[in-house]
Amino acid sequence: MRSLAPILLAALIYTGLTLVVSNSYYQLMLTLVLVWASFGLSWNILSGYTGLISFGHAAFFGLGAYTTALGQIYFDLTPWLLIPIAAAIGAVSGLLVGFPTFRLRGHYFALAMLAYPLAMLYVFEWLGYQELTLPIKREAPFAYMQFSDPRLYTLVALGLLLGIVLITRAVERSRFGMALLAIKQNEAAAEAAGINTLAWKLRSIVLSGAIAGAVGAFYAVVLLVVTPSSVFGMLVSAQALTVAMFGGVGTLWGPLIGAAALIPVGEILNAELSARLPGIQGVIYGIAIIVVILVAPEGIFWTLRDRMKRSARATAGILPDLTAPATSPAPNAPASIVRLQRITSREVLLSVRGLSKSFGGLKAVQDVNFDVHHGTILGIIGPNGAGKTTLFNLLNGFLPPSSGEVMLDGRNMIGCKPHVLCRAGVGRTFQIMRPFARMSVRDNVRVGAYVQAASEQEAHRLAADAVNRVGLSQVADRVAAELTTKQLRLMEIARALAGKPRLLLLDETLAGLGHGEVDEVTAVVQRLAREGITIAIIEHTMLSMVRLVDRFLVLDHGAVLADGEPQHITRDQRVIEAYLGKKWVAYAQT
Amino acid sequence: MTSQIVEDVLQALVAGLLSGAIYGLMCVGLGLIFGVMRVINFAQGDFMMLGMYAAYYLFLAAGIQGIFGNVIGPYVAILLSGPLLFLFGYGIHRLLVSRVTGQRTAGLEGEGHFAQLILTLGVALVLQNGGLILFGSVLASIRTPLSSSAWEIGPLWSDSISIFINKSRGIAALISILAMTALAMLITRTRMGKALRASADNPVAATYMGIDIDRSYRIAFGLGAAVTAVAGGLLATNYPFHPYIGTDYVIVMYAGVVLGGMGSIIGAFWGGMTIGLVQQLATLVLPTQLQNAAIFVVFLLIVFFRPQGFFGRVVERT
Repeated sequence: MRSLAPILLAALIYTGLTLVVSNSYYQLMLTLVLVWASFGLSWNILSGYTGLISFGHAAFFGLGAYTTALGQIYFDLTPWLLIPIAAAIGAVSGLLVGFPTFRLRGHYFALAMLAYPLAMLYVFEWLGYQELTLPIKREAPFAYMQFSDPRLYTLVALGLLLGIVLITRAVERSRFGMALLAIKQNEAAAEAAGINTLAWKLRSIVLSGAIAGAVGAFYAVVLLVVTPSSVFGMLVSAQALTVAMFGGVGTLWGPLIGAAALIPVGEILNAELSARLPGIQGVIYGIAIIVVILVAPEGIFWTLRDRMKRSARATAGILPDLTAPATSPAPNAPASIVRLQRITSREVLLSVRGLSKSFGGLKAVQDVNFDVHHGTILGIIGPNGAGKTTLFNLLNGFLPPSSGEVMLDGRNMIGCKPHVLCRAGVGRTFQIMRPFARMSVRDNVRVGAYVQAASEQEAHRLAADAVNRVGLSQVADRVAAELTTKQLRLMEIARALAGKPRLLLLDETLAGLGHGEVDEVTAVVQRLAREGITIAIIEHTMLSMVRLVDRFLVLDHGAVLADGEPQHITRDQRVIEAYLGKKWVAYAQT
Repeated sequence: MTSQIVEDVLQALVAGLLSGAIYGLMCVGLGLIFGVMRVINFAQGDFMMLGMYAAYYLFLAAGIQGIFGNVIGPYVAILLSGPLLFLFGYGIHRLLVSRVTGQRTAGLEGEGHFAQLILTLGVALVLQNGGLILFGSVLASIRTPLSSSAWEIGPLWSDSISIFINKSRGIAALISILAMTALAMLITRTRMGKALRASADNPVAATYMGIDIDRSYRIAFGLGAAVTAVAGGLLATNYPFHPYIGTDYVIVMYAGVVLGGMGSIIGAFWGGMTIGLVQQLATLVLPTQLQNAAIFVVFLLIVFFRPQGFFGRVVERT
């Protein structure tokens, strides 16, 4: 755990600077740096951590600013009260905006967000609020936050920013932050790992909107004049983006660095040059942004951090050891893969009845029936396009079926979202691996643990246990992007395991592995089965599965072709036909 | 009384179609860049502003007024601004945008989208303020004698109804449609168009087929700038402009592109057309100040009910 020391130190230095500066123009600049840093942090909580870029944060900011202006003009309320009210309004509008807009993804989300503040801009103009001036309260300056000493504004802003920094830190380190990061890296995998993605995204936009509302409310107090374009305009939304991206997205420090670097430069250029040659300040500012972003495309913070890491490695002469064996040797040596005794029962865990799914005219899955008994391993095989992955997507809730039932412990699970099924005990891995590439192995797995963990400690414990069970303890601190295919496959299994599943759906877990590697992963799967986890595994090569599974389900063109024990299936004429073609039937049966 | 309403509706409809055609062309320029490269370019509105000034100076200072006269001259200047802005866009891509797109961004967070956004914001700032230094803040306009005369259609079935079409707007809309058609031919019929479409559809596969996708991107960026610039010039025959005008229109352009379905060039045209129509028809029922608010509300509604746009497709795999 990093301590609070660097943040408090920075705050102290800033306080010192504030007290020294007596020029009121520079003092205003010191206040604005804090205001825009706070606004950048608000943007960062939504867009930095979830990766959903918002071009419309001015909507929350502007509502906050108008809350102060209108509240003071019409109701004679003090900003000390109006700022919290603005936060509440920001939170509510976050919810109202988020609920419909989170249906959109990627660029659509970003551009739809653009529409909110711009629509509001015109509405506020139409309402006749082209320019609101806050009433001057000479009789009670403190009660109305109208200080004669501009340093006090800076100190209030510093207090506000510190509060926001602490909130951001709390988010970053909890399951909240982990959930958002997981959504950013891979939304489908996050959902399958038991994260209710919509709920977490809504929480993040509510928090982000509340902060932006409070910051906007304070901004109105500082400037005393509110116009629609100065609080709802495109430039306001762009300001949040600019300071955050310039400094570095997805980190507490990014918006702070960005605001500290950009706001003074912009203001000083404005003051020194704009009178002599209007426009020159914007040209220089623009060029500065372009140059920095070409040098540091991911923002100053990340670029500096990568540099420092690299130079630290170089000076210490330590290179990451890539040659060391990455996994501990599997307890069962490959040669010993034989059928091991397991406690299986006749009790049915999963029962699938009449399950069908069509995409337009294509019947991807048609009328599939099967049962999975407690503690058994079911192998689902079939040629490419047989509907195997679609079947899994139906089983864990990614797709709603056209008809049919999926009963888990006798309960019909149709219509449940993936995270609900995950909570009910269905874990899954993906055919196309979906690691959270920038997170460490341990953190990847921890994301899957939250669904069952009551506390952070428990999540850590569950994750460590799952990493250990698949034999990845030695690489637990590496980021997922550095792993080999085999390690990624095992990590995906561990992520599913961390949620304590009773049924584990493995989608082509053995695909793309070398010969020895197949045996290693197979050994892990067998061990899990012996520990009592029921497993359904998809594969399209039969060979690697014959010794692993208790029962085969063969799919072809979306329908069940055969269902039975391995020794029967391998001799089944229809299965051989589907796989090899008719002329091989005679050959295969000899 | 009713005939007055009918006339108002028809007049608004015509006005919407005319400005819609120009918006459509504007959106097509952005749609090209966005569809082929998936880059959000905030400087597109400022490319349009440059197109307006390019046409303005070509007409007044480069002697086109002397050669072609006041009626045809502006349109010649506007069409000539296209190639100029093509070179400009091509150069901007080569010098700046190519450094944060394509292969180089593979390892970056969010495939470099953050860097692209900030970079084009920076370019927009430089262009707007550079424009202010070079062109000044006084409103400019490309006046033609046609701007102040109109064709009258009617009187129609009842004597009291007749519609007026401003001549310069009518011609601007016609040129927009012709330019759009030429561009569609270029993209569907030529080898270069095929390369563009391939690069847009699947850059990796296009590379394997021997297409230089960086070149495709440069061409798309240049073409996009040129098309939007021509649309800007056409707009300038009716509306005065200033160096900061880009910001007002870049949002209209994005709304149009999203409505049409990202990646669909024809779609972008219809998206722009929709915005023109909504803007003009809104004046019938809403106060003028809310005209633009209506655009964004309709935009949000359409996006919610059809997130992939009119012509877009949704493809997602697990």
